[in-house]
Amino acid sequence: MRVMVESRMRELRYREALREAMAEEMERDERVFIMGEEVGHYQGAYKVTEGLLARFGAKRVIDTPIAEEGFAGIAIGAAMVGLRPIVEFMTWNFSAVAFDQILSNAAKLRQMSGGQFTVPIVFRGPNGAAKQTAAQHSHAMETFYAQIPGIKVVVPATVADAKAFMKAAIRDDNPVLVLEDERLYGTKGEVPDGDHVEPFGVAAVRRAGEDVTLATWGKMLLPCLEAAEQLAKSGGPSCEIVDLRTLRPLDHHTVVESVRKTGRLVVVHEAWPYGGPGAELVDRVQREAFDALDAPVLRCTGRDAAMPYNKKLEDMTIPDAKTVLAAVRAVMAY
Amino acid sequence: MAKIIDLPKLSPTMEEGTLVRWAKNEGDSINVDDLLAEVETDKATMEFRAFDKGTLLKKLVAEGQTAKLGQPVAIFGTPGEDISSVLASVGTASAPAPSTPAPSAPAQVSPAPSAPPAPAPSAPVIEARAVATGPAANAEVPTAGIAGLVLLPPKRPALPTGAPGGPSSPRVRKLARERGVDIERVVGTGENGRITAADVERTTASAASHGAPAAASASVGARRDDEVKPASQMRKAIARRLVESKQTVPHFYLEAELDVEALLSLREQMNDGVDPKTGVKISVNDLFIKACALALNAVPTSNASWIDGNIVLHHRVDISVAVAVEDGLVTPVVRDADRKSVSAISTEVRELASRARAKKLKPEEMQGGVFSISNLGMYGIDRFAAVINPPEGMILAVGQARDVAVVKGGALAAGKRCSVTLSCDHRVVDGALGAQFLQALRGLVEKPVKILV
Repeated sequence: MRVMVESRMRELRYREALREAMAEEMERDERVFIMGEEVGHYQGAYKVTEGLLARFGAKRVIDTPIAEEGFAGIAIGAAMVGLRPIVEFMTWNFSAVAFDQILSNAAKLRQMSGGQFTVPIVFRGPNGAAKQTAAQHSHAMETFYAQIPGIKVVVPATVADAKAFMKAAIRDDNPVLVLEDERLYGTKGEVPDGDHVEPFGVAAVRRAGEDVTLATWGKMLLPCLEAAEQLAKSGGPSCEIVDLRTLRPLDHHTVVESVRKTGRLVVVHEAWPYGGPGAELVDRVQREAFDALDAPVLRCTGRDAAMPYNKKLEDMTIPDAKTVLAAVRAVMAY
Repeated sequence: MAKIIDLPKLSPTMEEGTLVRWAKNEGDSINVDDLLAEVETDKATMEFRAFDKGTLLKKLVAEGQTAKLGQPVAIFGTPGEDISSVLASVGTASAPAPSTPAPSAPAQVSPAPSAPPAPAPSAPVIEARAVATGPAANAEVPTAGIAGLVLLPPKRPALPTGAPGGPSSPRVRKLARERGVDIERVVGTGENGRITAADVERTTASAASHGAPAAASASVGARRDDEVKPASQMRKAIARRLVESKQTVPHFYLEAELDVEALLSLREQMNDGVDPKTGVKISVNDLFIKACALALNAVPTSNASWIDGNIVLHHRVDISVAVAVEDGLVTPVVRDADRKSVSAISTEVRELASRARAKKLKPEEMQGGVFSISNLGMYGIDRFAAVINPPEGMILAVGQARDVAVVKGGALAAGKRCSVTLSCDHRVVDGALGAQFLQALRGLVEKPVKILV
């Protein structure tokens, strides 16, 4: 029998929730350690690991050289022999340098060794566009990673999810990629006290609605909520918002269930439109809910172009509440 | 093979450069990193060194002239090579360049930037490069609208309003199928003649199929639309099992008319003096259950099922009794009916039936029968044929007991008759075997004392 305990809530920032999750897991399990560029003495490029070096010492909070392929490989090796590393990429852009380690080693060694090795490892860091970080440092990398069997990909949008999924990722016996967001690090939210862990592959309905379903993940939850709020105030269509939370495994069932009610779907994501988890979701929904659709499934995505440095152009390249509203209007025209 | 040498980017911000001095002459052999020319950029005069090896066949820009970034400035190749076609192609894509250092001499190559493209063999190479570097060329996602961030379906041509044949969504077409509405005849009231769910709902099945457009039929009103009611789990199970039975079990039917005068009088005697509140009143059906059980014992080969290609002979007599319940019917099983008294059977059937109506039967109480009885006599039905309840081999359909005129000893007399129809699975019960069973049943029903022995 499940006993419901009323848990107290505290307000934290997203980066603090991540830090708390890592610290709690490091207290719980001495095999857990952190490595990455500037995670120690500099307290983290985005201060996510602030204070952890002083608390856990240099053996468990390790500053690495600027060599993503090298330290990703070292961490995978450490995971293979029984440790549980957390690898911070200063941003996911730089994970491209370590792509082969993730694709060919982390995701494959369990199978390639016939189960003799597991790779309990977490790769984490901020993903997507920050502010004017230009074409090479604004990549929404989830598109590449969500395609790989053998790893899990988590994109927490809320502070509570940031903590719960980070803990789940550390406890998982397989590689888990946690894609955070620089623009979310400072956001505040309620976090339940105690040992709260979320399961992978279960989406969350962030707002109930009747007329159109918005499916999204990560930072793009914010413009979706904003657009839904504006529509509600102006008596426009009522939006149901599904936050996918994990992209692999991808919980399309919750979206299908919602579309059976609304008949309309807009998928909103920051990443490029060509392929990716958004397109995957559209495929699954049209196959499983064809008879429920009243309109073609639309997507509202980052522009199919390299990110401009210019602020105005950058704003025109990433979806915001205005573009979400435009997409809702377009899908409601059917 | 001749190669066009373009003006490279010699400083991070340069967009054009002035060729101050050529360091090599036409005909010179060039090695990689040889100084080719000096170029004045926005920052300083820079060295333009060769990235390629070869012979400088042609200078395309004169000293003192300004060239754009990426503009052809020279042609490399092998000595004596024919470069006329390369020259022609350069002429289409590049800014003017005198072929000789003489400043006043007009260039051989067309000076007009808007000159029409020459159909030179290498022209596509240059065009392809231009396409590949254009800023919009990266976008490869069809129908991006609304500032390029919302992926839209293609625009549809405008349709005449008020006419049928408008577009409709998968959900609306499904709705139309369910309602029996011919979607081709519905007039859409949505955007651009689109047929909405409301349009389909306004259209009755008959109006649409008889050719009246939705708008016309909508005003008629008063008639109620067909209603789609989701099937219960029991209904679905009945549908599945009976379709399976009728499609896979080869049914044949044997009919007999039984004289039930003695049976009815026996029943009357049995029920005589029984308090209807406390005691159990025996029904005709209870007697039939026991009679069928005994008849199966009398003709043991008829107590059989066809299962997975084998004949399974049953050495038990478990009789399924069809009980009508709300929204369907169930068949609870009276186990070992041949060994139970009629009153025991009667009590059990009542108890099973009342739990069946309350939907309280356990699944195992409805499984494992070898033979079914269905009785519609109480509804005034004279005779009917029932569908076999697989994997049972036979089912008996019992009609009502009727008063009939019979010939007795050469004279008309009043008699009681009851029609029964036996449905048999021909895979295990042949006509003669089924007839033997009915013969045995007739013997028991018409001399009902045997039922009690």
